[in-house]
Amino acid sequence: MPAAGVVLIITVVAIVLVLVYYLVSTIFALRQITAGLDDAIGAVVEIIEKSKPVEEIVTSINMNLDAGVDLLEGLLVKKAGMVDAIGLVDGLYPGAGAEGFRNFPDSGSTKAPRISEVYTKGTLTLARLGREAPIAAASPGGGAVLRNVPGGSLAARSLYPEVRQTHPERMPRSPVIGADSPVQYEPSDEPGVRRRRPATNGEGA
Amino acid sequence: MTVWWIGDIVLIVVVVPVVIYLLNGVLKEARGIVPSVRQIEAAAAAGSKDLDSAALLLTTQEQVRQTIETAANYGGSLDVILDDAT
Repeated sequence: MPAAGVVLIITVVAIVLVLVYYLVSTIFALRQITAGLDDAIGAVVEIIEKSKPVEEIVTSINMNLDAGVDLLEGLLVKKAGMVDAIGLVDGLYPGAGAEGFRNFPDSGSTKAPRISEVYTKGTLTLARLGREAPIAAASPGGGAVLRNVPGGSLAARSLYPEVRQTHPERMPRSPVIGADSPVQYEPSDEPGVRRRRPATNGEGA
Repeated sequence: MTVWWIGDIVLIVVVVPVVIYLLNGVLKEARGIVPSVRQIEAAAAAGSKDLDSAALLLTTQEQVRQTIETAANYGGSLDVILDDAT
């Protein structure tokens, strides 16, 4: 065999060996990819299965929340009036008044009164019950407004007993109870009926 | 004979480098995909695990229903107690 033929054979064998090496390496890499994709597909199927009922549940939740919003918006507008309702919402959530109520398309154009500067958060609710706030001037109950607007936040104190509004230095202490209390009461014979205490000197028979 | 040698030289100088270059490119790309697949696998598994808490939506759904029910009852009472604005 001529030398050129030997070189040719050696070269072809070398090429085949190189092909084998690279192709086998590629096969191993592709097998790793296949295994990884199988695992990924399994996890994706799990995701699909787990998320399948989510849409239905979230839709149901949204329906309930929509009904709640409709209810509360309608009740607030019905009881407080559109202007005060917008003012209350804007007072609690600044800027929200401009968006208006969902079921009242024109409510966004209502100018919100600065309710949060005049009333404490709970006072608006009380305002509908009485004449403690200027807003009650429009109340069906009528009558003069009892609330002092500049001192609006102090007016709520009138809801508490008179003694506390005088700011006494010392309030009467709470009664001492327990085994060491100065006044001992004998246990009653039956619930709600106190045993008659024996008459002492100076007391009537 | 000269033609044989020319063929050998072409085979060694041109064909072998081209074959090695192409096969090396295929292997490199195939090995480059493996880490990406591993990451996809890990992300999918983590996503599936995150959705384990999706079952709690049933509790949320029930809680929302009860809350709205309570609010509706409360609103009904307020509707009776409070005067309308107009």
